[in-house]
Amino acid sequence: MSILLKNGSLKGEKNVDILIENDKISKVAPGNSIKDDKAEVLDLTGLIVLPGLVDLHTHLREPGREDAETVATGSAAAARGGFTAVHAMANTLPVADTAGVVEQVWNLGKSIGLVDVYPVGAVTIGLKGENLAELSAMAESTARVRIFSDDGHCVSDPVLMRRALEYVKAFNGVIAQHAQEPRLTKNAQMNESELSGKLGLTGWPAVAEEAIVARDVLLTEHVQSKLHVCHASTAGTVEILRWAKGKKVNVTAEVTPHHLFLSQINCESYDAKFKVNPPLRTDDDINELRKALAEGIIDVVATDHAPHPMEDKEGEWSSAAFGMTGLETALSVVATAMIETKLMTWADVARVMSEKPAEIGQLTEHGRPIAENEIANLCIIDPNASWKVDAKDTHSLSTNNPFHDMTLKSKVIHTIFRGKFSMKSGQVQK
Amino acid sequence: MSANSRNSARVVLESSDISRALSRIAHEILENNKGSKDLVLLGIPSRGVPLANRIAQKINEFEKVNIPVGSLDITMYRDDLRLRPPRALAHTEIPEGGIDHKIVILVDDVLFSGRTIRAALDALNDIGRPAMVQVAVLIDRGHRELPIRADYVGKNIPTSLSESVQVSLADVDGNQETVIISAGEQ
Amino acid sequence: MKKHLVSANDLNKDDAVLVLDTAKELAVISDRPVKKLPTLRGRTVVNLFFEDSTRTRISFEAASKRLSADVINFSAKGSSVSKGESLKDTAQTLQSMGADAVVIRHGSSGAPHLLATRNWIDAVVINAGDGTHEHPTQALLDAYTIRKHLRNNEGDLNGLKVAIVGDILHSRVARSNAILLKTLGATPIMVAPPTLLPVGIENWNGEYSYDLDEVLPQVDAVMMLRVQQERMSDAYFPTTREYSRNFGLNAQRLKTMQKHALVLHPGPMNRGMEITAEVADSSNSVVIEQVANGVSVRMAVLYLLLGGSNSETGENN
Repeated sequence: MSILLKNGSLKGEKNVDILIENDKISKVAPGNSIKDDKAEVLDLTGLIVLPGLVDLHTHLREPGREDAETVATGSAAAARGGFTAVHAMANTLPVADTAGVVEQVWNLGKSIGLVDVYPVGAVTIGLKGENLAELSAMAESTARVRIFSDDGHCVSDPVLMRRALEYVKAFNGVIAQHAQEPRLTKNAQMNESELSGKLGLTGWPAVAEEAIVARDVLLTEHVQSKLHVCHASTAGTVEILRWAKGKKVNVTAEVTPHHLFLSQINCESYDAKFKVNPPLRTDDDINELRKALAEGIIDVVATDHAPHPMEDKEGEWSSAAFGMTGLETALSVVATAMIETKLMTWADVARVMSEKPAEIGQLTEHGRPIAENEIANLCIIDPNASWKVDAKDTHSLSTNNPFHDMTLKSKVIHTIFRGKFSMKSGQVQK
Repeated sequence: MSANSRNSARVVLESSDISRALSRIAHEILENNKGSKDLVLLGIPSRGVPLANRIAQKINEFEKVNIPVGSLDITMYRDDLRLRPPRALAHTEIPEGGIDHKIVILVDDVLFSGRTIRAALDALNDIGRPAMVQVAVLIDRGHRELPIRADYVGKNIPTSLSESVQVSLADVDGNQETVIISAGEQ
Repeated sequence: MKKHLVSANDLNKDDAVLVLDTAKELAVISDRPVKKLPTLRGRTVVNLFFEDSTRTRISFEAASKRLSADVINFSAKGSSVSKGESLKDTAQTLQSMGADAVVIRHGSSGAPHLLATRNWIDAVVINAGDGTHEHPTQALLDAYTIRKHLRNNEGDLNGLKVAIVGDILHSRVARSNAILLKTLGATPIMVAPPTLLPVGIENWNGEYSYDLDEVLPQVDAVMMLRVQQERMSDAYFPTTREYSRNFGLNAQRLKTMQKHALVLHPGPMNRGMEITAEVADSSNSVVIEQVANGVSVRMAVLYLLLGGSNSETGENN
């Protein structure tokens, strides 16, 4: 079965025809030049073609919280969002801290076959922050884990963080830190600010993130390892990253779509769909994060897709769970925040949502140039679409979508995974 | 009361008429009760209060005696509270000496459906036990909806339901004292 | 007035003065042999208390009963966290019981806001204290008490200075008072150690200070807030002794205040911690009167929100 994609705009730069045969791109030529009578032909005039999106930070909840999401439903949501690869975080039940659990998730992803699911291994056993997990065993398993994270929790013990950074050098792994000093954020509910004081919600001060990021980049430099900063959310973190990269510390960082778009003012409604960790911050923070992403100080966008069942989100704020869904809206939010504002081009979006995440995840079949002989992992976007988000219109099991009722620009129309449509005209296949 | 349908408005009482009516009421009260003993005047806000004060003043002129005067706000006892947004309360002042065993004379500007007086009777009931309750009004415009009647009336003016009666008193509305009946909206 | 009373911000100046004026007229009921008005007869008021609070609950209960309303006390232990019945389910149970008003006290800031905005219930929502967020009827009774003594129980509080002393960071009483005092034209001055003042206090309506002794002579009233012992273990202040020494209202400090100055406290008092027994029982103290005023003020709120048709309060007559 072959597919001929005609006249799409490759990363927004020039129009090309792309012929896909089996799982590979077999030919790339100038727009409207390829003829193939046997192929399924799609006219992509006016649409953008990007390499399939790669998410470094997703919560698929399986095993353990299948009421919120499963690898199957999460994969479907990812396909709908234009993703061909996702990294599944380790805070499942049981925690993904052994080869056994990561292989289970890996196999589930493969059997569903809508996206490549790369499990992230926990740094510490049970995410308790006390003892290192068997990182090497997870690296050597069939899941070939290279990214390790206690996300949900911070590896706050400096000695443990140092050891983890050192240990993964043996297999070129990277520690992805959820930066949150636990004692400074006890019972924290929203960004610490004048607003948190006014609303009577315990504050989560920016310094609790920045202090850990600063410590970790220094440690990383000291032991000559690799660090990835999860969901950077403050202007102060951006400054530290800029300084660290200036000194050539091997650090990468991600930002979520919601931190590029939504500010703490949304908390005024006490609607817990805006409750997230790290919290929504100020307009200043949003502006600095956008500039940093455009500049490359922040390397990638990662969704931190965190599905929760309704009963964990509809009650009073302080007892609600932290997290927002994001796989299906990510590309549109980034386009609205960065392309509409002329801060980035589509080529930049390809960089931050596909090429660079694939590089950090050490993936060989994603984020590749759209060229002959590469595995066909692509996402096709209508850059002129304008659409209203409906939280209930989702493949995820959960509806905790903060963008509900908002109008976004750009939409993923098709996703091609390993040469086949995983999502076509908005419909997830099989 | 709407002030803009003046097309067929007629003045039924002017300042001097009002004064005479109040004097007559004052005399009638004294005659009826054989003097001023145990009398208490309670005006129903807002216009009943200056009327009660004036009646007391007249009684003082005639008999050289000070009758206790107070006010009785009946808002909380109205039977139509649920039909409209909550109304602000007016001031209730029961004179020292209370109302127990007294002859309480309720004073209001217009007697219409009788519901205000009914509410006033309920209010009095929660405050004490008067020996007798009488009612004095400046205008009785008819159209009673309850078995209530006034003991002292300044002027009986039959009206139609579509008309509205507007009383202006110096203390409440400014200088011109009049009672005007106008047709049109209530 | 708005349909619900969830925050002191729900009241503009005219609304606040209306509540105080109405409370003034209703206060006389307590001196009558028949302490009842028929106004809310047939209405059902539910006291939905997720946190124990005998004094506030009794105050609302007395206020409701004096207006002839039926009162149902719903003591809901547990929340979604302890996997008790959720707020939404509890609210909808009340709705099916025919509640006309729900007086809610909850440990979570924002819970009354949810009740008022989520369309789970039709009832009027009155916030009796939510987490560390607000306690609007407390602010109203405090304003009423101050107005009664210092403004002849008329008008607003224009020009008055009121110190609010204590754990401002965690105090819903402080928040509501800061808002309402400003609305009524007074200047609130928040006094606390820096650890107990919230971030952004400079932008609150009013002033702030770390120095109680400097502030006391300037103010017309001082509101002492209860300080919880537990704050010590979170290092907000080193010892109760040091706290009392710097921020406790004792007889010597009382002497530096103006003669007419009032001492208020929302209760319950920690005698010896934020306020000494001597001051609590002094002639400047209006603490006991605050309790009585609480009933009148809550009667006024219930009347204004429930006494008419279900729409915003119109002009008089």
